[in-house]
Amino acid sequence: MSDNKTFLYMLPLLIFFALAVLLYSSLEKDPRLLPSARLGQMLPEFSLSSLYSEEIISDQSMMGEASLVNVWATWCPSCRVEHPVLNQLAEEGVVIYGLNYKDDPVEARRYLERLGNPYKKVIQDLSGDLGLDLGVYGAPETYIVGADGTIVYRHVGIVTLENWRSILLPLYQKAQIHSPAMEAIQ
Amino acid sequence: MARISCMAFIFFMVSLSARASMEIYEFEKEESKQRYQSLIAELRCPKCQNQNLADSSAEIAKDLKARVYKLVNDGKSDAEIVSYLVDRYGDFVTYRPPLRPATWLLWFGPFALFFLVGLFLIWRTYRVNIAPESDAELDRERLEKMLSRHSEKTTTPED
Repeated sequence: MSDNKTFLYMLPLLIFFALAVLLYSSLEKDPRLLPSARLGQMLPEFSLSSLYSEEIISDQSMMGEASLVNVWATWCPSCRVEHPVLNQLAEEGVVIYGLNYKDDPVEARRYLERLGNPYKKVIQDLSGDLGLDLGVYGAPETYIVGADGTIVYRHVGIVTLENWRSILLPLYQKAQIHSPAMEAIQ
Repeated sequence: MARISCMAFIFFMVSLSARASMEIYEFEKEESKQRYQSLIAELRCPKCQNQNLADSSAEIAKDLKARVYKLVNDGKSDAEIVSYLVDRYGDFVTYRPPLRPATWLLWFGPFALFFLVGLFLIWRTYRVNIAPESDAELDRERLEKMLSRHSEKTTTPED
């Protein structure tokens, strides 16, 4: 009985500590980072024209190697911040597709001329339909796509060298290793 | 006079900007219009987070409203439209989360809490009902002890 009572008296304190831990752990979380509903699924079907030519880029044409899909636009200031990092990654041989999201093509071409073009190909999504199918809710966003077209990861916000090394690179490497194309070579 | 025209100007500007953020969609049927209105009221803007699509003028909210409008006109049911958006933006996008293991706490948590508190209250009432009896017994015992000790003390010196 007395044990029971001590427990009862301790209960508010225990509840307080449990709440404190819960709230403290959520304190640093960014509520704007939403889990992607598309993880583990295939890239949505699309066929859109390239920013540079009449060429049609589709989900099928992107398969065969792991890649990053970077959602960007000239109206997005944060995209400008991450652009040098993307240039550096491209130099290191990372395959990056650009998804030019709801942008003016002329402006977009000028932007890449000035700041460098890290993209293997740039998909032109004038209406934002592909963005909507992907679940894009802002730019920049960067997706890691496996060689078979599955979406492995979504990164919301700026890609920095720090989060590239700690989060994105390991996942990108894993996506490369598991790609059927690489297995065929080995 | 200058003041009045200034006020009129401000009012005009305010109403103008309120107009600017509203999309006007034409519906063939009154029913579709109402469905569209109720859908954008219960779908949440992924960018602005604390607004529904109806209230938000964010780019993404405009796009989503346009898509909802298109789907309503294509004859899709409310459930189909909501699941179309949940497929792309996750449960977050709806203010009515679907029932699945991850949302059990959300749906049943309040009832579970209510039940637990109810149980606790019943337990406490029951315990309180028993307690006075035992306390009274204890008190009587203690009283008798004290009385007998007192009578011993008081009777001995006088006798």
